[in-house]
Amino acid sequence: MKASAGGYARASSLRDALEMLAASDGSGRVLAGGQSLIAAMNLRLSAGDFLIDISRVGELAGVSETADSLRIGALTPHAEIGRNPLIRHHATLLSQAVEFIAHAAIRNRGTIGGALAHADPAAEFPACVLALGATLHVEGLNGTRDIRAEDFFQDIFETAIEDGEILTGLSVPKAGADERQVIEEVARRSGDYALAGVCLVKRTGGHRVSLFSVGPKPILAKNAMAALDRGDVEGAVEALKAEIDPPSDTQASAAYRRHLAGVLLRRAAARIEGGNA
Amino acid sequence: MSIQFGNPDRPNSYIGKTVPRPNARRLVQGRGVYVDDIVLPRMAHVVFVRSPFAHAKINRIDAEEAMSVKGVLRVFTGKDIAEVCTPWVAVLAHLKGLKSPPEHAIAVDRACWVGEPVAAVVATSRAAAEDGAALIDVDYEQLDPVADMMSALDPQTPVLHPDMGDNLAFERQHEQGDVEEAFRTAHKVVSARFVTGRHTGVTLEPRSILVDWNPAEEQMTAWHATQAPHMIQTVLAKHLDLPESRVRVICEDVGGSYGIKVHVYPDEVATAAIAKIMKRPMKFIADRLESFSSDIHARDHEIEAKIAVGEDGKILAMDVDDWTAIGAYSVYPRTSAIEGNQVVNLCGGPYDFANYRAKTTVVFQNKTPTCQYRAVGHPIAVAITEGLVDMAAAELGMDPVEIRRRNMFKDDAYPVTSPANMRFEGLSHHASLDKLLELMDYEALRSEQAELRKKGIHRGIGIASFIELTNPSPFMYGIGGARISAQDGCTVRMDPDGSVVALSGVTEQGQGTEAMLSQVVAEGLGVSPARVRIITGDTQVTPYGGGTWASRGAGIGGEAALQAARALRDSILEVAAAMLQADQTKLDIRDGAIVDAASGEARMPLEELGRIVYFRGDTLPKGLPRELVQTRHYITSDYPFAFTNGVQASYLEVDTQTGIVRLLKHWCVEDCGRVINPLLVDEQIRGGIVQGLGGALFEEIHYDADGQLLNGSMADYLVPMAAEMPDMIIGHVETPTQESLLGAKGAGEAGTAGSPAAVMNAINDALRPMGAQVTEMPFTPERILRALGSLKD
Ligand SMILES: Cc1cc2nc3c(=O)[nH]c(=O)nc-3n(C[C@H](O)[C@H](O)[C@H](O)COP(=O)(O)OP(=O)(O)OC[C@H]3O[C@@H](n4cnc5c(N)ncnc54)[C@H](O)[C@@H]3O)c2cc1C
Repeated sequence: MKASAGGYARASSLRDALEMLAASDGSGRVLAGGQSLIAAMNLRLSAGDFLIDISRVGELAGVSETADSLRIGALTPHAEIGRNPLIRHHATLLSQAVEFIAHAAIRNRGTIGGALAHADPAAEFPACVLALGATLHVEGLNGTRDIRAEDFFQDIFETAIEDGEILTGLSVPKAGADERQVIEEVARRSGDYALAGVCLVKRTGGHRVSLFSVGPKPILAKNAMAALDRGDVEGAVEALKAEIDPPSDTQASAAYRRHLAGVLLRRAAARIEGGNA
Repeated sequence: MSIQFGNPDRPNSYIGKTVPRPNARRLVQGRGVYVDDIVLPRMAHVVFVRSPFAHAKINRIDAEEAMSVKGVLRVFTGKDIAEVCTPWVAVLAHLKGLKSPPEHAIAVDRACWVGEPVAAVVATSRAAAEDGAALIDVDYEQLDPVADMMSALDPQTPVLHPDMGDNLAFERQHEQGDVEEAFRTAHKVVSARFVTGRHTGVTLEPRSILVDWNPAEEQMTAWHATQAPHMIQTVLAKHLDLPESRVRVICEDVGGSYGIKVHVYPDEVATAAIAKIMKRPMKFIADRLESFSSDIHARDHEIEAKIAVGEDGKILAMDVDDWTAIGAYSVYPRTSAIEGNQVVNLCGGPYDFANYRAKTTVVFQNKTPTCQYRAVGHPIAVAITEGLVDMAAAELGMDPVEIRRRNMFKDDAYPVTSPANMRFEGLSHHASLDKLLELMDYEALRSEQAELRKKGIHRGIGIASFIELTNPSPFMYGIGGARISAQDGCTVRMDPDGSVVALSGVTEQGQGTEAMLSQVVAEGLGVSPARVRIITGDTQVTPYGGGTWASRGAGIGGEAALQAARALRDSILEVAAAMLQADQTKLDIRDGAIVDAASGEARMPLEELGRIVYFRGDTLPKGLPRELVQTRHYITSDYPFAFTNGVQASYLEVDTQTGIVRLLKHWCVEDCGRVINPLLVDEQIRGGIVQGLGGALFEEIHYDADGQLLNGSMADYLVPMAAEMPDMIIGHVETPTQESLLGAKGAGEAGTAGSPAAVMNAINDALRPMGAQVTEMPFTPERILRALGSLKD
């Protein structure tokens, strides 16, 4: 199929992009790495949008640090997330996740902002930022908003970003000295979206467990977290299975996804205890 | 004249060596020409509106809005096309009872599968045609679909084609010996139900055709991504009412075929009809979604089978009940009954046993038609046979290698006829198995497996012997009335400077046919392969031939090329003898020069002979034959098919918690007769294995209970990818066919034939201690966990 775009313009700055978005009367669509949007357009799942290309907006790229957090620009490509020393040191969950995302060419172009804004329930980054307790930053012509990851993901492909807003980046708390972060997933082939996946963070304040590909959005498994805090891994697995309501599709049934989620949590917990995360 | 193949130091010894592929550089430099690269003046694009329903009556098609789209030129319905294009019926006389209704290029009043073309929109660009197609308003009235295979013949199931009476397309039972008695008295009987998943070939280049009709010359030219240009020429001529000489089919580069591109597709014929009606060049390139819904599917089988063995492990009998559903129409002109028929012909293939019964039941349903895809029927028959043999070995407590040794036809037993009535000229099951065991170090692998098992690591070793049908004679299609050529031809010509052009009827799909032909011609003639230019894929210039299918390119096309080259060699030497006043039998051609055969001493370069023949023919004796061009055609006649054999092994690990299978290593030893180009053969085997592994582990077309297609993209139809593929070790045994000078049989399908069974047996070898077994392909992680009883709901 041939894509059918309603127009295209390259934004020179964030302000420029926001103005174009406002002027587009609802038909504007932000184009970042294009690794999800162009694929959807090529299937005519999305047609007629006016594309506002933010890929050259320098102020949206790059990683910086404050005393207790990292600030990651929305345009940071997956490949950079994977190799950036600050991220590898302070938020290793994100760099580990990159190895599971697609293939080299896609990781070079796809951006973390695009992945978060796209909010594919099977994607790794949304679940990672949920497990890390990150804050997402959006900006519109009326100003900026900070949104907790817990409140950001709302439904399949739906986020708290409002019309006229652009995701500018995210802040991730720096890992504590004894913090452990691991991601586990099962996919049919390397680079495929996961059949199910688990992120596990163990920090001084307690465990955080998030799951992907088991529901319409990434899920924070609070009962499983409480069980892990009590040191009860099997209890956490049971709680986890009760906390999710996975879909069935041609790749996997709900029952299989639920089973996998338990296996993956067990493996993640074992890795954390083994200390090799 | 024979060739001393056994002597690697013989002159012009190009056969048996890895030589560079003449087209590799062109393709790597991006100079390949695929149909979509060709642009003609006034060319338009056609896009098909396809049925979204499995079964629906077409009440009305409203094209008004579509016609208002900028760039849209015209809209065609089935009735419009039927005015210039006759429908076809895909049956073969030798497949007795096979029936199928007439099929139109565009559905006329009823759509019978999701994806069937119901209208065509022509526009100045593909994008405009798609915009138009989205606005075509079809008034469908949904009809009850036939979606399930096993209930297709039940009385309460609706009849898909009322004129046919029932949903049975074809049925064949073969029985040899006393099967009932053998099962009654056997030491052990093992039975199983096998399922092979519906899948397709996924060519990198999608189906593509560009047709130009020149009314002034009454000439049709079709640039087509096809494996069988002459067959397509014949089909277009027949259904568009043209003389064959006025239809020219050209294949430039073709980006993979695997059997997908050897069939007649309604949308492609419609494109030709539209070109003729509109008198302007018309291009159709399938997109990926269209590929999944309209390329032929294959391998949709459910089988109940059993095997009877004696205490000594001897196979006493096999009984196979195969069912397959072929979609709404038998595919033209090869028909969709061949796959089931092959299952009957091939089960039990490697084994010497007496009592055999096999039945195939082929039914219609409202899904995409199925037809021949790489290794037609083989992966199914091999999975049934090798699955049962392994299960019987386990039941007897016998090693899977041992039970095979005890049953395979002895290497000196040939010629022999199998219980399925297949005639084997010469096979090498035992030599191949011995070589395989050596390559894989079977004993060491078994101890490693046992050691790891103690640590909770579940690995499995699976073996699968197989036979492969290659070099078909007219017994495959021709005798049934299909205008599909089993013979093939080659013309070899020497140009004035001594360079050589060879025109062949077999075709290049990316598999290296042209490399193979260049070496055969080079050796047959006595020039280096680099001096030989190969031309394939043009019905107006190449000799009439069958093209690429059933692993026939090297065995049939290669032999025609060798004979043509030898004939040209004789012509050249006759002229040389006259020029040199020498005895023709004492001359030879080596590396592009006439030499003294005994001493090798150079007598004259070929360019000198070319100069004299073409420009100074006055100096040659009057009446001396001087045709520096020769054509030979070749057909097999001693055997209906040249069977090959081989054996594969898979080593893998099953994660019993997730069900994921990790392929660790794969081996194949096969016997394709004379190996012309070792690298090409190895890569054919490897690529074939990968396609088989796809069917075993990943690939599956999904439909729901109403016949709705559920997956149609590369994101949800999983092809095997490099990261999951194991290292593959390939070995050969060579038993040349005695039918031809070249001695080559086919190698293109062996990998695909055996790898699914090897993987199935390896998985089951890993699972056996846990009492679990899988027999339904693809072996998804979920199916493995269900076999292990890990999932409760
Ligand atoms: C073959 C393939 C395999 C893949 N496998 C995986 C995988 O395993 N895991 C995974 O997570 N992803 C996978 N992806 C998706 C990939 O990670 C994408 O890059 C990512 O989902 C989107 O990022 P992008 O920058 O390309 O966004 P785009 O495609 O440009 O945009 C995606 C959506 O987000 C919106 N958007 C983008 N940036 C912003 C912003 N800053 N503010 C507001 N809205 C914005 C766009 O308007 C659009 O709606 C795969 C993609 C492909 C093609």
